[in-house]
Amino acid sequence: MSERPLSPHLSVYRMYRYSLLTSITNRASGVVLSAGLILLVYWLVAIASGAAAYHAARTVLSLGALKAIYLLLLASFSYHLIAGIRHLVWDTGHGLERSQSQRSAWLVIVASILLLIGLAWWAFHSGGRAS
Amino acid sequence: MTKSSGTLSNAAQPRPRRGEAQEGPSTLRSPLATALGRGSAKEGVHHWWVQRLTSVALVPLSVWFVVSVLSLPSLDHATVTAWLGQLWTAVFLILLVLTAVWHSQLGVRVVVEDYVHGPGAKALTLALVTFFHVVVAAAGVLAILKVALGGAG
Repeated sequence: MSERPLSPHLSVYRMYRYSLLTSITNRASGVVLSAGLILLVYWLVAIASGAAAYHAARTVLSLGALKAIYLLLLASFSYHLIAGIRHLVWDTGHGLERSQSQRSAWLVIVASILLLIGLAWWAFHSGGRAS
Repeated sequence: MTKSSGTLSNAAQPRPRRGEAQEGPSTLRSPLATALGRGSAKEGVHHWWVQRLTSVALVPLSVWFVVSVLSLPSLDHATVTAWLGQLWTAVFLILLVLTAVWHSQLGVRVVVEDYVHGPGAKALTLALVTFFHVVVAAAGVLAILKVALGGAG
């Protein structure tokens, strides 16, 4: 059993290829968002537990160290949303040519970075509610 | 069509292109089995299809959620309970939690199937992943309902 080659067999791939990079980033951002569900539910349960419990939870949720996690979640959301739309376009049978997919890979990277900058600015600077 | 005629010695065959794998007659499958229902495809695409369905739903739902939360004037208890007390907020938030959990479960399952090796470890991880998502869905929906129905004081 352990003698058999395992897939994904990473060493046979060229890791710097845009197709592999965009694909693995989509997975990683998806897993981060899945973990982010814990924070969402923690927040919802805290709201439901009354004002005093919510106040206590809010002190935990506004810890400075969590800012990095919120930023990571915003980045994952931005990327997963845009890359996911690219996947949905692919599912209609469009944009599958190598040149098109290379172009859309760059489009996804640039658009998701712009979206992240916008969201991060909104979340952390205009009003600073996250802090 | 001649490509997949020698199924038993496919080491010498050129690798089939994506989507071509099931095409053509195979010596191990009767032509009738190939023609009828395209194998197990009706069941087999279920995971794929639900993943797409939840993706499409999550585009507006997740954008709505992020925009709504960031638009809240404050995140104190009075403000968020008032927000959750609105009927459509509660409806969309429940839909978001359920759709996100379903989508997440499908996605994490594939990641575990790819990266966790060994039948025991894989089964255990998948079971934990399933439990995790069920708990998240139950707690999330119940919390939203409690606030929406006025139970959060």
